[in-house]
Amino acid sequence: MALLDVEGLSVRFQTADGEVRAVNDVSFSLDKGETLAIVGESGSGKSQTAFAMLGLLARNGKATGDVRFEGQHILGLKEAELNRIRANQISMIFQDPMTSLNPYLRVSDQMSEVLMLHKGMGKGEARAEAVRMLDAVRIPDGAARIDMYPHEFSGGMRQRIMIAMSLLCRPKLLIADEPTTALDVTVQAQIMALLSDIQTEFGTAIILITHDLGIVAGACERTLVLYGGRVMEQGETEAIFEAPRHPYTLGLMQAVPRIDVDDEALATIPGEPPDMMNAPPGCPFEPRCALAVENCRDVMPVLEGGAHLRACHRAVEDVR
Amino acid sequence: MSETILDVNDLSVTFDVMPSGAWPWTKPLKLHAVTDVSFALKAGETLGIVGESGSGKSTLARALIRMVPASGKVVWLGQDLLVLPKEAMRDQRREVQMVFQDPLASLNPRMTVGEIIAEPLKTHFPETPKAEVRERVQEMMTKVGLLPNLLNRYPHEFSGGQCQRIGIARALVLRPKLIICDEPVSALDVSIQAQVVNLLRDLQKELGLSLIFIAHDLSVVKHISTRILVMYLGNLMEIAPAKALIEHPRHPYTQALISAVPIPDPKVAKAQRPIGVEGDLPSPINPPSGCVFRTRCPKAQQVCADAKPLLEEPAEGHFVACPFHE
Amino acid sequence: MYPSTATVEGVAAAEAVKGRSLWADARARFFRNKAAVAGLFMLGLVVLFAIFGQYFAAWSNEEIDWSVLGNVAEAGRPSFETGHYFGTDSLGRDLYARTVQGTQISLMVGLIGAMVAVFVGTLYGAVAGYFGGRTDSIMMRTVDILMSIPYMFVLILLLVIFGRSIILLFVGVGLISWLDMSRIVRGQTLTVKNKEFVEAAVATGVRPFTIILRHITPNLLGVVVIYATLLIPLLILQESFISFLGLGVQEPNTSWGALINEGAQEMNNGTIWQLLFPLFFFIITLFSFFFVGDGLRDALDPKDR
Repeated sequence: MALLDVEGLSVRFQTADGEVRAVNDVSFSLDKGETLAIVGESGSGKSQTAFAMLGLLARNGKATGDVRFEGQHILGLKEAELNRIRANQISMIFQDPMTSLNPYLRVSDQMSEVLMLHKGMGKGEARAEAVRMLDAVRIPDGAARIDMYPHEFSGGMRQRIMIAMSLLCRPKLLIADEPTTALDVTVQAQIMALLSDIQTEFGTAIILITHDLGIVAGACERTLVLYGGRVMEQGETEAIFEAPRHPYTLGLMQAVPRIDVDDEALATIPGEPPDMMNAPPGCPFEPRCALAVENCRDVMPVLEGGAHLRACHRAVEDVR
Repeated sequence: MSETILDVNDLSVTFDVMPSGAWPWTKPLKLHAVTDVSFALKAGETLGIVGESGSGKSTLARALIRMVPASGKVVWLGQDLLVLPKEAMRDQRREVQMVFQDPLASLNPRMTVGEIIAEPLKTHFPETPKAEVRERVQEMMTKVGLLPNLLNRYPHEFSGGQCQRIGIARALVLRPKLIICDEPVSALDVSIQAQVVNLLRDLQKELGLSLIFIAHDLSVVKHISTRILVMYLGNLMEIAPAKALIEHPRHPYTQALISAVPIPDPKVAKAQRPIGVEGDLPSPINPPSGCVFRTRCPKAQQVCADAKPLLEEPAEGHFVACPFHE
Repeated sequence: MYPSTATVEGVAAAEAVKGRSLWADARARFFRNKAAVAGLFMLGLVVLFAIFGQYFAAWSNEEIDWSVLGNVAEAGRPSFETGHYFGTDSLGRDLYARTVQGTQISLMVGLIGAMVAVFVGTLYGAVAGYFGGRTDSIMMRTVDILMSIPYMFVLILLLVIFGRSIILLFVGVGLISWLDMSRIVRGQTLTVKNKEFVEAAVATGVRPFTIILRHITPNLLGVVVIYATLLIPLLILQESFISFLGLGVQEPNTSWGALINEGAQEMNNGTIWQLLFPLFFFIITLFSFFFVGDGLRDALDPKDR
């Protein structure tokens, strides 16, 4: 049985200007200890997919579909039960660690509170465990620095603390939403290495939400490419990078400048990101797609293809 | 080689910082944002400036056009900008324009796109007839790939990439010789980023512009730059032609920086071994003695703490501020 | 869409598209807010009443109806037959005409005070905030000093010494109304000043005062408008308070505060209408202003919708 099964997940937001279809019919599954990348640009619905799974959508949002965690349906669960799952089973880290750290509390208090609340540990025991966890995320001299306030740490250190906190209850799944976007490249490399170490050490499954193809290539076994709230392509990371089978994935890869290759002009994807308010009935990428045919505008292609799924009307050979 | 248009000599920027809880008469602390940076820029060239947050790269750019008080020499077309009287400096601003990081925030939300692009023109040539202003604005909009009939729209009606195009049109309207781009694509989506980078390159070729391109993303900088300048904690570490710097980085910091850039290819990426830069960035209020990178440098020795390393030139046009360069 | 050059030229000839400004957006949001629109409507009625009310009066505000004098509680009650729609006051003067007059003066105090606040306060705060440093320190310390003066006390003292006059009242209200505004505006200016579009203007060489007028103040106006609509009722209240103490406007002029004061004094003589009519207008107006202010805040500052 898969750890996480998502089937036909859709997210709608009611706004004053109309309905926004942020996520449309997204399905995927994740095994124990596996890493899945959800790649997409702004407005692709990558963050909302995660928020929907954890019941963290804004008040005007509604999720439909089915999300099973270890066989349990968790979509639309009561707040109290969801809280238990979010505390013990699935945890999430964000781009800005300060959104989840209380600036007025010492790191030690914030970390031991979690353990005392959810694991019923005593004060001393919780503190010892918290220090152990800071060591695990390679914060030097954790025992001394645990009594500092969050703002006294650098951005990279804060993200480490965030990761340490999210691991306190030994979750089975860690969702990382753009965990390194606000960080410098050297720090980013350290954090990504840390996440991979953590995974081998604790056997945590990771969903990495990002826009950065470079990070995906280095860290994830499987990749899911989102555009306009729909899955464009999904499969083994190596297969997708080796030979993308969707025009969007292909365009995206050609648009990224690479430091190890001499490329004269960058290939571009013409046009603007999709308008989620007036989503067309067909493929959301159709207005920007060089390979679009008549059918694309009106009919959303089915996601198919076995291990390497794609949603495109054109034949695989045409995408190059 | 073409002529040098900008010659920067020992440019330093320090800010006064009041320690918290100090009396009003306490002597303020000095924050060294930029320290003794020298470089030259040739006409038609793109100089990329890279560095991580806190490296002083944005402050350096602002010091060049006197948006922050600086010391040293900034010689622009034979004239030292730092000693120019205020009014004369205002005239010089015609020649150097800037493009900013946040596309939407750099446009006044209460003005129409037409008014925004026309502002530099109206500031420096207030007598320009209305019809001509409109014509120039529309010409610029066309040039950057915007529909010219959208000039009465407001910034919030455009996407991020389009807003950046508006910012570029505003920078171009006076036909400047140099455009300073401060992280112009880091707030944009990957697919839009490529559009803007290509646009800047095309415009540069077409108009013979010089560019100073500041970014933290080395891949993008490498792609657009003729030469690259690497900064760390306000100091110049290395400056070299783009290809030479990326392929044969000589400064330990540059090496670490390049090894950490993620490569979008699973086979290469899995084999990648980033050189770790341990520890935190030192405080610019109390920077390390000698070489500022020595506290985190794998090659640091006693001499590094004793004296600031001189700029050496191990290869033609390749300068590096490290005695142990490879 | 990213157009090719050919299509760009094709469209260039086409009519320029009209944009939708932030103000237009805010207006649309405001008119979706029913309470605010109702408030605006009520305010409109009160203003119409203040301007045109006197043309419907059967009596002028100074005439004394000798026939009701001495028997105000009976003969002076509100009635269409006598032409005293709101009744008369204890001196036999028509309360309808008096209320119209009071409304005019009270609204005027509020509006003029708010206008002074908007002009002086905005400019003062924007200049202090934009230039910062020593200029800012001196300007804001001046405001601090002015604020620390117990102005109500001073105003009352002035009114006692120089006699009650409406001019002095306007001066007094105007003098203090801009202080809070300048503080609010300065705070906002500090935020706007650090936006990149201001930096862009500086980099281009736009002069400081042009930057303040073109880039800073238009982006402050939202806050200014909201604060002004909330300031008007506050000033009306203050004027009423002073008039209630018997120090405000002088007879034969009157204001809501003065009318309510009279009405309260005569309450026990069976002429309750003397209190109720002015009070009704007073409360309606204050409520409306607060609703409109609230609506404006939601419309202009839609962050937490």
